[in-house]
Amino acid sequence: METGSDIAEIVGAHADCEGPLLPILHDVQARFGWVSEASIAQIAAALNLSRAEVSGVVSFYHDFRRTPDPRPVIRLCRAESCQARGSEPLAAAAATLAGERIRIEAVYCLGLCSAGPAAMIGGDVHARLDSERIAALMAVL
Amino acid sequence: MQVRISDDALAIACGADRVAQRFTELGHAVVRTSSWGMHWLEPLVELDGIGYGPVGPGDVDAIMAGTADHLRIGAIADHPFLASQTRLTFARAGRTRPLSLEDYADTGGWLGLHTAREIGGEAIVDMLKASGLRGRGGAGFPAGIKWDTVRLARGHRKYIVCNADEGDSGTFADRMLMEGDPFCLIEGMAIAGLAVGAGKGFVYIRSEYPHAIAKMRAAALLAAPLIAPFEIEIRVGAGAYVCGEETSLLNSLEGKRGEVRAKPPLPAIEGLFGCPTVVNNVLTLAAVPFVLAEGAQAYAEYGMGRSRGTMPIQLAGNIRYGGLYETAFGVTLGQLVNDIGGGTASGRPVRAVQVGGPLGAYFPPALFDTPFDYEAFTAVDGLIGHGGITVFDDSVDMAAQARFAFEFCAIESCGKCTPCRIGAVRGKETIDKLISGDSVASNLALVSDLCETMKFGSLCALGGFTPYPVMSAITHFPEDFGPERQAAE
Repeated sequence: METGSDIAEIVGAHADCEGPLLPILHDVQARFGWVSEASIAQIAAALNLSRAEVSGVVSFYHDFRRTPDPRPVIRLCRAESCQARGSEPLAAAAATLAGERIRIEAVYCLGLCSAGPAAMIGGDVHARLDSERIAALMAVL
Repeated sequence: MQVRISDDALAIACGADRVAQRFTELGHAVVRTSSWGMHWLEPLVELDGIGYGPVGPGDVDAIMAGTADHLRIGAIADHPFLASQTRLTFARAGRTRPLSLEDYADTGGWLGLHTAREIGGEAIVDMLKASGLRGRGGAGFPAGIKWDTVRLARGHRKYIVCNADEGDSGTFADRMLMEGDPFCLIEGMAIAGLAVGAGKGFVYIRSEYPHAIAKMRAAALLAAPLIAPFEIEIRVGAGAYVCGEETSLLNSLEGKRGEVRAKPPLPAIEGLFGCPTVVNNVLTLAAVPFVLAEGAQAYAEYGMGRSRGTMPIQLAGNIRYGGLYETAFGVTLGQLVNDIGGGTASGRPVRAVQVGGPLGAYFPPALFDTPFDYEAFTAVDGLIGHGGITVFDDSVDMAAQARFAFEFCAIESCGKCTPCRIGAVRGKETIDKLISGDSVASNLALVSDLCETMKFGSLCALGGFTPYPVMSAITHFPEDFGPERQAAE
């Protein structure tokens, strides 16, 4: 759980930034895995914004989460180029394998469109996936 | 012997790091370069100019023993896929180390910036106008005219914003450029800064591109003294497709919801923080150093009609030889898909290709004689967009693709205007009714009417262009929608 001083430190690190809200929220999300109501209030106060304004930004972007979820995440590309290479049956197989243990998120394009289906785990990218390869990736999560 | 392996994200996603590690374990020096763009061969290993691919860690011993003829493709630079291209923007692809200032300078880097410093703002803009360069992000607006508007706009602060929010499926040229030749983009931005009198530039990169973000951050740091007093800052998006729309991107940079702004005012007059701003795509800015270094005429010599220069085309989806293919405008869609791309990867017949990302039209093979040119694509109700071509084989269900176009629009709509926010949801529901065979004729008429409303009533291309994939699927593949579909099932 984050503390007030953690958030103050993150906000302070972006003191010279023009339009600092997204960089701040990225840091909070990366460090704690979600953006809590308490952090929203503190960030709003520090940037002289209303809580509604900061909440509105957090809710707009897919990358920011408003609830914690400690499970490992696989981001599976579901966009057209991966669809053309079989991402839809793969996604169904992955969902069965994942059960409740792993969170599978849809992502719309990882820029690996000539070598799909593709997925991202943390900052690592994987291409040319099939049901065996995705099972192997999930087994070590 | 020098071993060269790309460190492009696609090569890494296909296992390049493990291959490089194996060579290192065997005591060979490995140089990590940019990617040549022949994606079906990645991980591609280059030994003294000779290529091997796709290479797995288990193939390394055979390559070194000279028993890997099945992977050997001969001299890489002479490969037909590369030899038939005209690489102006991607001239360095495969040839240099992405973060080596030495490699960049040795291959003509900074010559354009040098010229720009000598001739000044007005002359730079004149060169850009003469080159005929049009915005490569999708809209195809003449870059020189946009720059001139910003140059002449009043404002004590001006900005250069690079749109690197490459969210279209089937496109990866921005990613490859940033990962493979980051200084080229930086040079283009610095030239733009000189041209319009801007002191600062932002590169807005989507968060789905961690490798590009890391490369651009490192490159911006290394290049800082060479482009000073111009400054470049790298910013990261947060997973919103609509932020690729320029006004939505500006709101996002300012720390707001990525909602689209009504135009006018144009960003060139009132852009980032209300200041005159150049917003250009990665490929537009990366084409600028060539124009300044080699001259406007050298660029304008390529192309057809009002589409001058080259376009980095991306061959994607179910395609045998996928990758980056930079060529002059005028090549036909059929040449790209069949002759260069080799048809489908699955070996089945090509049924449809989507050109220009999720907002682009689906083309049947009957339209494969369409030349790659902004106006020619408009004439057949399509768009070039960012130059992505996604190939589908005959297993594709076009009603499902039309449904996905609406679904994607519903997921990614910023919500500001009604035709997009509500139209996308209603469109998806109506396609569902069509698929279940419910009142086919009247629901087709309804979708068509809805598309008209979205096309003319939406503020930006997300709602305005979603009709392209939907209507092209209905027009060119009616058998997937009408009574024929029910008869077939």
